[in-house]
Amino acid sequence: MTGARLRAEGVTLAYEQRTVIRDLDVAVPDGSFTVVVGPNACGKSTLLRGLARMIKPAAGRVLLDDRPISSYGPKEVARRLALLPQSPTAPDGITALDLVARGRYPHQSLLKQWSVTDEEAVRDAMAATGVIELAERDVGQLSGGQRQRVWIAMVLAQQTPLLLLDEPTTFLDIAFQLDVLDLCADLHAGGERTLVAVLHDLNQACRYATHLVAMREGRIVAQGAPGEIVDADLVRTVFGITCEVVPDPQTGTPMIVPAGRETRRHRREGARAEDPVGSGALGDT
Amino acid sequence: MSRTVSTTLPTGPVVRTARVSLRVHPRTVTGVVVLLVVAVVLGAVALTLGDYQLSLGQVVGALTGTGSRAQQYVVLGLRLPRVAVALVVGAALGVAGAVFQSLARNNLASPDLLGFTTGAATGALVSIVVVGGGPAGTTIGAIVGTLVTALAVQALLGGAVGGYRLVLVGIGVNAVLAALNNFLILRTDLSTAVAAQSWLVGTLNGRSWPEVVAVAIALVVLVPVAIAGSRRLDLLGMGDDMARGLGVTVERTRVVTLLVGVALIGVATAAVGPIAFVALAAPQLARRVTGTTGPGMAAAGLMGAVLLLAGDVLGQRLAAPTQFPAGTMTAAIGGLYLVWLLAREWRAGR
Amino acid sequence: MTAAPTEPTSDRGAGVERSPTRPTSLRAGGLVVAVALLAVAAVASLMVGSRGIPPGVVLDALLHGPSGPADTDAVIVLEQRLPRTLLGLAVGLALGAAGALMQALTRNPLADPGVLGVNWGASAAIVAGIMLFGITTLNGYVWFSLAGAAIVAVLVYLLGATGRSGATPARLALAGTAIGASLQGVIYAVVLVDANTFDQFRVWRVGSLTGRDPQALLQVLPFLVVGGLLALGLARALNALALGEETARALGVRVGRIRMLTGIGIVLLCGGATAACGPIAFVGLAVPHLARVVTGPDQRWVVPWSMVLGGLLVVAADVIGRVVAIPAELEVGVVTAFVGAPVFLAIARRRRVVAL
Repeated sequence: MTGARLRAEGVTLAYEQRTVIRDLDVAVPDGSFTVVVGPNACGKSTLLRGLARMIKPAAGRVLLDDRPISSYGPKEVARRLALLPQSPTAPDGITALDLVARGRYPHQSLLKQWSVTDEEAVRDAMAATGVIELAERDVGQLSGGQRQRVWIAMVLAQQTPLLLLDEPTTFLDIAFQLDVLDLCADLHAGGERTLVAVLHDLNQACRYATHLVAMREGRIVAQGAPGEIVDADLVRTVFGITCEVVPDPQTGTPMIVPAGRETRRHRREGARAEDPVGSGALGDT
Repeated sequence: MSRTVSTTLPTGPVVRTARVSLRVHPRTVTGVVVLLVVAVVLGAVALTLGDYQLSLGQVVGALTGTGSRAQQYVVLGLRLPRVAVALVVGAALGVAGAVFQSLARNNLASPDLLGFTTGAATGALVSIVVVGGGPAGTTIGAIVGTLVTALAVQALLGGAVGGYRLVLVGIGVNAVLAALNNFLILRTDLSTAVAAQSWLVGTLNGRSWPEVVAVAIALVVLVPVAIAGSRRLDLLGMGDDMARGLGVTVERTRVVTLLVGVALIGVATAAVGPIAFVALAAPQLARRVTGTTGPGMAAAGLMGAVLLLAGDVLGQRLAAPTQFPAGTMTAAIGGLYLVWLLAREWRAGR
Repeated sequence: MTAAPTEPTSDRGAGVERSPTRPTSLRAGGLVVAVALLAVAAVASLMVGSRGIPPGVVLDALLHGPSGPADTDAVIVLEQRLPRTLLGLAVGLALGAAGALMQALTRNPLADPGVLGVNWGASAAIVAGIMLFGITTLNGYVWFSLAGAAIVAVLVYLLGATGRSGATPARLALAGTAIGASLQGVIYAVVLVDANTFDQFRVWRVGSLTGRDPQALLQVLPFLVVGGLLALGLARALNALALGEETARALGVRVGRIRMLTGIGIVLLCGGATAACGPIAFVGLAVPHLARVVTGPDQRWVVPWSMVLGGLLVVAADVIGRVVAIPAELEVGVVTAFVGAPVFLAIARRRRVVAL
């Protein structure tokens, strides 16, 4: 593994009283497109928010460039690491350009709000995401896919080497999902940028990720290149379903084909007796 | 970015010098200028109106010291301070309204509907009843009352700011505090009660330079803080995580701007009593004029000043010689505005 | 508080944890206890005041009348405290019933004549009556009050029901607040212009049982009785309506007619009560919730319980108002706001303000 500018050491992450992640180590390989997968409520979004200093760890620490992330000033972090949360709100009536321009905040001061660098960064971000022609449109009027592109442009305008995306494809239909993932792959292609995304769809994750982190109940079950770690055992451990893993006919990456209903029922009944994993996944919300 | 792009962005005019670089929104600038002009014109008209009718020329004469003694007395001694009170108090209310609405990300989160204004009145009444009031006592009482109410509302909400619960909690808090105010008035001797009751209506009658100076000082100190915080409030409007991701210190921004809003409401209410709905309407009307999405502190303040001055002029002239307190005017008109606002939002299906 | 039960009707087996089956004995027995408490409060109301009168003297005065003009205690009891207590009782019963009807009709746990601005409608109409038509008698007030209450109730409902999601609880409360605020401004403005109106209105304005015409009760009583009977008679139909409009229709309820009658009942009860003693907020809100804690969602019990608890609340609030600030008196409307507003807050704080 090469270097890891962003990593967590023994972090425990909790909301109020509920501890979601306990004593977890993870490193995001530089230049990777890291995708975090796992069943609902396994703590994948919590991990992402912890890495982006949205939640203060109850124990352990998150390191950014070998220094605790808490030791940086807020704008300093924002110049190295950008986060697109799960459901950001666009203010009423804001134009795409104004929204993307807000991504420049960590580079600006009260009197310097629109330098040449700012303008270039915004333009490049909008060009890279293909939303320049939407610049003057009201964000509220855009389609779901266009809107997500604008949001990604906003975090791009932050010009950070690290980009964290929390479920960027949720609520989009399949065409827009692929659109957004292709965009992510493009953004990653240069190799200078490290992307971390939480995704729901395991097949999509296998196609696009260079590094996969599989989580379950707040722990990392496996991590590595999708082709090396994804097999039927892993899918059963993580998601509690029986499946076959075959090479994707298009890309050759692992593809999950759930077993037929009869087989699964048979296996499940057998599994339930000895293996708590299957039932746990059902009760977990 | 490796690609170079030649397309220009529709940014509008940009001002760039060695130290400063700003995007200029022509409509915002026009809007602010228009509001300034309206405030000045309305102020001038207000100076001419009254039982003793003056022409604009006579007003200018009085202001420049060339008018008759009587004219000078009427303009400088009576009308100018009243106009000034309306302007500064209205500005304070407008800015405070903008602060609270963007803090709560809710158009309806005005200090009136949330009960802050009533809380300020309660604080001031406690100070009048317990320690005998006085300008300083009333002001401190009003600020403390607003702060306590704000904290109580926040505690009652338990962190959940969204939707209408905010306003429902406000309605309840308002009712409790109004009852408390009634009780306080009842417990005092008659003369204090009369003073307190007349103050509770919200009127500019009999207010003069001391009030102007007090509110103006508050504006000079607090409005720059509000303006400096307004970009951060803008970013908070996109959600806490988003704002934090961009490097905003979310908690500090909240606390500082909340205190600014509370202080402005407290000072304004201490000066003239509770004035309804200016804080609700001013930021929203200002946004309509300037076409911006953010809090727009300057425009909201100017709009507030214009609204309160208009309310007071209307109250004085509508059925002269009878004088309506400005508070009743803003309540009646502001209530209708709220009705319109709700109907419009709900029809749009939000 | 049970979270706004949506499936009431039958005595058994509506919702598992929200409305456990209440034995009829608890509902009926509890009602007897509540009536007894009401009687205690009424007696207290006859005894307590700036001049305390022992129970023996009160009883004596009630049974035998004053022994002569010099018998001050008996005169106070009979001519001041008795009418006042009876008025409080009647108004409380009416407001409790009106609240129960309103919450059932709008399926809205926050419905209350004060919150929905209906009281302000009645007030504004009375002010208009005094100023424009020189009305000075309670007989006249009643009609204006009824008309004002009806108009504003309709307006608030129309505003709240604008748009697709319909009249949600929060919307109705907001609409009521907005219209109420506007009317309040107009009322104060009018009252300030017209000294004569002010003089008349000043007395009436705050929800209070003092300074009322002794005949007040008799004059509004017919309205309250008709409204009260309507409320009791509609309970079964409202139970069906609580299941949703379509289900109710399927059960053979004439939805339109029931709604209309309920509306008339509300206007009679609120308008009458408000005409008699001014706007009293939060009784109609708090009382039905307390009633439902005991009775569950069955309107046949909720309505009578709300009446008794409403009477109890108003009479008790009046007594408390006389005690806390001796020698001055705190108006009953102020005391009920202290009691009722926290209930409102408790409901508003719930995760979701569910429609009834």
